[in-house]
Amino acid sequence: MRLDLTHIQRWIEPGSRVLDLGCGNGEFLQLLQDERQVRGTGIEIDEHEITAAIARGLNIVEQNLDQGLANFPDQSFDTVVMAHALQAVHFPDRVLEEMLRIGREGIVTFPNFGHWRCRLYLGTRGRMPVSRFMPYNWYDTPNIHFCTVKDFEALCEQRNIRILARDVVGNTERQPMLASTWPNLFATTAIYHISR
Amino acid sequence: MNTPPDSRSVGIVEPRIARFEAPLPLACGRDLSDYQLVYETYGELNEARSNAVLVCHALSGNHHAAGYHSAGDKKPGWWDECIGPGKPIDTDRFYVVSLNNIGGCHGSTGPTSINPQTGQPWGPDFPPLRARDWVNSQARLADYLGIECWAAVVGGSLGGMQAMRWALEYPDRIKHCIVIAAAMKLSAQNLAFNEVARQAIMSDPAFAEGHYQAHGTVPARGLALARMVGHITYLSDHAMASKFGRDLRSGSFERGDEENVEFQVQSYLRYQGSQFSGSFDANTYMLMTRALDYFDLAREYDNDAVAAFRHAHCSFLVISFSTDWRFSPERSREIVDALIAADRPVTYAEIEADEGHDAFLLPIPRYMDVFSAYMRRVGVAS
Repeated sequence: MRLDLTHIQRWIEPGSRVLDLGCGNGEFLQLLQDERQVRGTGIEIDEHEITAAIARGLNIVEQNLDQGLANFPDQSFDTVVMAHALQAVHFPDRVLEEMLRIGREGIVTFPNFGHWRCRLYLGTRGRMPVSRFMPYNWYDTPNIHFCTVKDFEALCEQRNIRILARDVVGNTERQPMLASTWPNLFATTAIYHISR
Repeated sequence: MNTPPDSRSVGIVEPRIARFEAPLPLACGRDLSDYQLVYETYGELNEARSNAVLVCHALSGNHHAAGYHSAGDKKPGWWDECIGPGKPIDTDRFYVVSLNNIGGCHGSTGPTSINPQTGQPWGPDFPPLRARDWVNSQARLADYLGIECWAAVVGGSLGGMQAMRWALEYPDRIKHCIVIAAAMKLSAQNLAFNEVARQAIMSDPAFAEGHYQAHGTVPARGLALARMVGHITYLSDHAMASKFGRDLRSGSFERGDEENVEFQVQSYLRYQGSQFSGSFDANTYMLMTRALDYFDLAREYDNDAVAAFRHAHCSFLVISFSTDWRFSPERSREIVDALIAADRPVTYAEIEADEGHDAFLLPIPRYMDVFSAYMRRVGVAS
């Protein structure tokens, strides 16, 4: 289980309704169902992930986030989760707005492009960073809207989105202090709990 | 290594007949008394009677969904790809019931049956039917077989409409509703195609306003034409292009050649038409297309599909096919959206397939994977 996902769990109320945008193979939704007894629905576009998630016994709807979420009624879920998908959608700002229209609360995780390694890579090599966490080339990456911790918080302020909590995952387990003190430099993954 | 085909077949099956004396009240206001249903079953009913799956057939289907009727039988049942050991509807786990609906022409009471009041075949006077009448008669078959609750009710096309009607009419007798290549109601384009089909039948002089049995005639031309129109709508443009293209069956475009050219697609359609008209009843076709036309899931719920689905207690699997233009993915998404808004558990997959509406009958790998993965969650526990 990815670290950002284990972090998120505690923000989910037991027995609540959870919508997972870009749920992948449903590993996280299943964890929430098992540990938090949530009623979950997942949205996914990749056919292999969809089959894997269905095989887990989850409710999965094949749907493209870039074509909107208008089919989900206002405030029909307690929490809408989007883990590591914000940077891959065409209109991250619109998806954020939709998350908080559909859900009372939202939880977003994304890779922090402001991490010092990214800056160093770009600064010294002058090329788009490629790493274990971001293994793609600029031309074939699904991640078309990278942002930094600061970028995200600026967007939230501009759109009147309340940040209920921020959590970060650092480069290694040994540096949690660094990442929480200077997240824009040391967080590899940023995790936000948001609402209106 | 491929599994030999035999081990994935239900083998030789035998149709059975269930007779019902109690009158069945129909949506049209009339009763149908003394009727029979022909059905087949595959797999074993478990002790708790909790592993039964009902298969609802589409417009021209019947009870013979899987297996063979004899050792020499070349063609298996119409949904053999999906029913059998290790197949999506796995007969090692499920007890599958497949029937011919009333109004049909393969052994269940229908227009070719004798009307007990007149001693003559019903013909065009057979009561008009709605999908709900089929569902009610299927519920009686469930009673007859001792099945209190279906583990799943499954159907493609018109069969999917029956499955949805089950979820609304008998919410406590169905745990999973599987709706494949269906819609909550037909579009105007769909109604139009069905009207052309019926007009083709009615314009055949041999139809004799439906009294062809009494006249000793068979409206084969009209029925064949109706089937040809239907068949075009079941295939995609792409499927027809890749199957036939502009290939010729006879004649040529050589100068000086006066012989008429015949395209492969022409001969294919005529073959399909004549095969069908030899095995299907024209009045049944009229009746089934009308039932299809009249179906509107939400009509009695103030045309509110969300309100309709709030009556359901089961989980739903909805599947559509990308090139199906008769029951397009948009129609399936309407079902899914209504289920989401009604807060009902739903899983949806849109399968890339070139074969059009017919895709629901074919072993398309992703379709089989999704269908199988879902069916494995359908519980059979005692």
